[in-house]
Amino acid sequence: MTTAIIQFPGSNRDRDMIAAVTSISGQAPSLVWHTETALPSCDLIILPGGFSYGDYLRAGAIAARSPIMDAVRNTAARGTPVLGVCNGFQILTESGLLPGSLMRNATLNFVCKSVKLSVANASTLFSSHYNQDQVIPCPVAHHDGNYFADGETLARLEGDCRVVFRYADGTNPNGSINDIAGVLNESGNVLGMMPHPENLIEDAHGGDEGRALFTSIYASLADKAA
Amino acid sequence: MTISNTIEITEDLIDAHGLKPDEYERILELIGREPTFTELGIFSAMWNEHCSYKSSKKWLKTLPTEGQRVIHGPGENAGVVDIDDGDVVVFKMESHNHPSYIEPYQGAATGVGGILRDVFTMGARPIAAMNALRFGAAAHDKTRHLVSGVVSGVGGYGNSFGVPTVGGEVEFHERYNDNILVNAFAAGLAKADGIFTSQAEGVGLPVVYLGAKTGRDGVGGATMASAEFDDDIDEKRPTVQVGDPFTEKCLLEACLELMAGDAVIAIQDMGAAGLTCSAVEMGAKGDLGIELDLDCVPVREERMTAYEMMLSESQERMLMVLDPAHRAEAEAIFEKWGLDFAIVGKTTDDLRFRVLHQGEEVANLPIKELGDEAPEYDRPFLEPGQYSELPAEQVEDVEHYNAAILSLLGSANLSSRRWVYEQYDTLIQGNSLQTPGGDAGVVRVDGHDRKGLAFSSDVNPRYCEADPEMGGRQAVAECYRNLTSVGAEPLAATDNLNFGNPEKPEIMGQFVAAIRGIGEACSTLNMPIVSGNVSLYNETQGQAILPTPTIGGIGLIPDTANTVGIGSANDGDAVFLIGTEAEHLARSSYMHVLLEREDGPPPPVDLMMEKARGDFVRAAIRSGYATACHDISDGGLAIALAEMCMSSGKGMAIEFECSQPHAALFGEDQARYLMTMPADWADMFAANSEGSGVSFQKIGSVGGDRLTVGNWIDLSVQEMTTAHELWFPELMAAK
Repeated sequence: MTTAIIQFPGSNRDRDMIAAVTSISGQAPSLVWHTETALPSCDLIILPGGFSYGDYLRAGAIAARSPIMDAVRNTAARGTPVLGVCNGFQILTESGLLPGSLMRNATLNFVCKSVKLSVANASTLFSSHYNQDQVIPCPVAHHDGNYFADGETLARLEGDCRVVFRYADGTNPNGSINDIAGVLNESGNVLGMMPHPENLIEDAHGGDEGRALFTSIYASLADKAA
Repeated sequence: MTISNTIEITEDLIDAHGLKPDEYERILELIGREPTFTELGIFSAMWNEHCSYKSSKKWLKTLPTEGQRVIHGPGENAGVVDIDDGDVVVFKMESHNHPSYIEPYQGAATGVGGILRDVFTMGARPIAAMNALRFGAAAHDKTRHLVSGVVSGVGGYGNSFGVPTVGGEVEFHERYNDNILVNAFAAGLAKADGIFTSQAEGVGLPVVYLGAKTGRDGVGGATMASAEFDDDIDEKRPTVQVGDPFTEKCLLEACLELMAGDAVIAIQDMGAAGLTCSAVEMGAKGDLGIELDLDCVPVREERMTAYEMMLSESQERMLMVLDPAHRAEAEAIFEKWGLDFAIVGKTTDDLRFRVLHQGEEVANLPIKELGDEAPEYDRPFLEPGQYSELPAEQVEDVEHYNAAILSLLGSANLSSRRWVYEQYDTLIQGNSLQTPGGDAGVVRVDGHDRKGLAFSSDVNPRYCEADPEMGGRQAVAECYRNLTSVGAEPLAATDNLNFGNPEKPEIMGQFVAAIRGIGEACSTLNMPIVSGNVSLYNETQGQAILPTPTIGGIGLIPDTANTVGIGSANDGDAVFLIGTEAEHLARSSYMHVLLEREDGPPPPVDLMMEKARGDFVRAAIRSGYATACHDISDGGLAIALAEMCMSSGKGMAIEFECSQPHAALFGEDQARYLMTMPADWADMFAANSEGSGVSFQKIGSVGGDRLTVGNWIDLSVQEMTTAHELWFPELMAAK
């Protein structure tokens, strides 16, 4: 299984993501610089966390318009899974690959801590190794994670079970509507989420509950290939 | 309109540049003529207290700076210490006090940016940051505004740059009301053969400017205060620089990419007095002259003068001596990262610092003398007086110990710092094994499964005020204990010495005594000072801050499988006190918070005892006996027990005999620890430890959801946690 990780200037959890992908898939990912216009052949695309372009406009807004994103859009349209974490999620909403937007946290402060996530849909290619409604701990670290979508969009997201992760047990850290922590696109192959599963993959992280997200993806890709 | 280089040098102008008449005489003697306006600016930049250490140098030289593991001590951008396997840790702490008071967000942010640059300019990737913050009284008008701005500034820069903040301090005291302290620490990881220094080598080599463009920000606040000599200065830029963590992150990646090759001969970041300081430093260290052509400097404002360019403190810039054979590859890297790359000068063999601007030579100065001949003062000092003993029986006993503990846990300086550290990214890079809230931050060393580094920042300014020498010792000793408590071997330290006006003999006396104490402790505990920073003149309207010599220490953990935290005890574990019953209440948190008294001498620090008990505790942790450990400091035994309970969510039942419970519970006697271990190992541990010469006793066990201590204390972990967590959010939410 080959993974491509897109690097923007200001990406800073790319190294964490590289470590997670390498450890879990057993294969180092290809790194793709934002100025490229084509992707290497890959089974999974990941947009990592960070502050692309400093997030000096809206978070993710400039990265969403960088040259590589056309290739990401085209590849996603052909069904290749795309995972955006934190800044990657922001880039996905800014580039129109996911609905809604991520506003400043309700506290107006950056927040880094462990929250609880419930798996609101365990039948997606990103979450099949979790149980439905399983609650896991997961770290967050962001300034703009307050998810919002208009009523109609929200009804569609909920109706189609496209909310994959929700903050649970009163741990919503950012004011996100319906406690949304991660959403899918309509075709089910693009997931954006604010929490950082790549920082929860080994004992040293205080737990490995993030691994199942990656193993879900790689297992689903393996099934498809078989 | 521009500032001419031919402005007449008047007494007022010299004074506005912070140069004393005798210092100006020295300049005349050195160069044999009147300096140009730009030259005057260069001298003022090189000879100010911040760059020249003119009041402190004599005393800094007395500190122990060498050791088996020290690769580079003070004098480089940061200290470099060997951590085995060809790895080195590069670290330093630096203050950004005044800017943070004027503009808290940007002041704190650029403080973080500056210290990160000091680390990566040496070729190290930053892996950990800490911040020691000191604010005025919580009730003071400005405090909330300053806390909020500084904390978001620290977070705003470090989070975006991508370094985990793993520790630090936040304290409140009225003596910081008008002069807060922001001391930023950073540590980076490099290979021993991949360290870069600022010492230039080779004549005729290109001097290259890297990073962000130069603007007028930070052009000597003090020196430009006089509006007389230039009407143009009316459009006053803030004298506080503006930080851009995005550019810094790109600069980091570009520098490390470049340093992986052979292009860099010498490199120096532009910090205080930007272009001036960095160019002079590279030349003087390499016994070379430097010629700069300012017309080649990338600028972001129009019509900048030579004076402004030489004194600008625009952030995220570096100066490098380049091997010309690698020019194309170097340029390509910086272009990739969207950064400026400009050849702005060359090294020469004439030992002159020459600056050209628009066809004119605006400065031509002897480069060695600019640095080496800076004035050095042996300022008069007054040895601090000693407080007479204050025995515990003369300190009121509050009797209601449950209430006392809740008050202490919910007080300004002992309450939870969660509100602060949750605004910092503590997890990025995926190596954070212990995050803020314990004794020390612990980070796994990249490339090793089980090697770790520990970090702690410490000082108790109330002790230092009472007895600067003992306070200086205590700061080092507490840092040593905090590192030891996670199982680390303390290796070295950086000092950030914050004091008032050194021209006052009492303040100079505090400084001299504190350095003496730090030196004694560093020698005995084998923690050489490898880098540091001095911040003097921390005074407002004649009122100095508490003397605050912050110590940032690092320790090595060879096997992280045997590291423990303050909250890692298991139900049923035995609780041991390492050390003896406390009897010293003077200057304690008990007296400060509950009795509102600050008098008497601080607890004495016996360095040999610190070392013996530290070695004992570390050995117990490393041998796998200990399940949790905590040093006993502010608030004494009772608060240390409470902190362990709150962190683990487990209760403890403690019993011991004592003559004066208030002293035993709240005394701050030094060199003491709490340690837990499985109950069935306790006897064996005790038997094995007989004859170690270290006092220890089993005082209880872990379990339940209450902390009980004899008949004195009975509190639920929940009510302690509530008191502990409430104070900070309430302060920040107050209307």
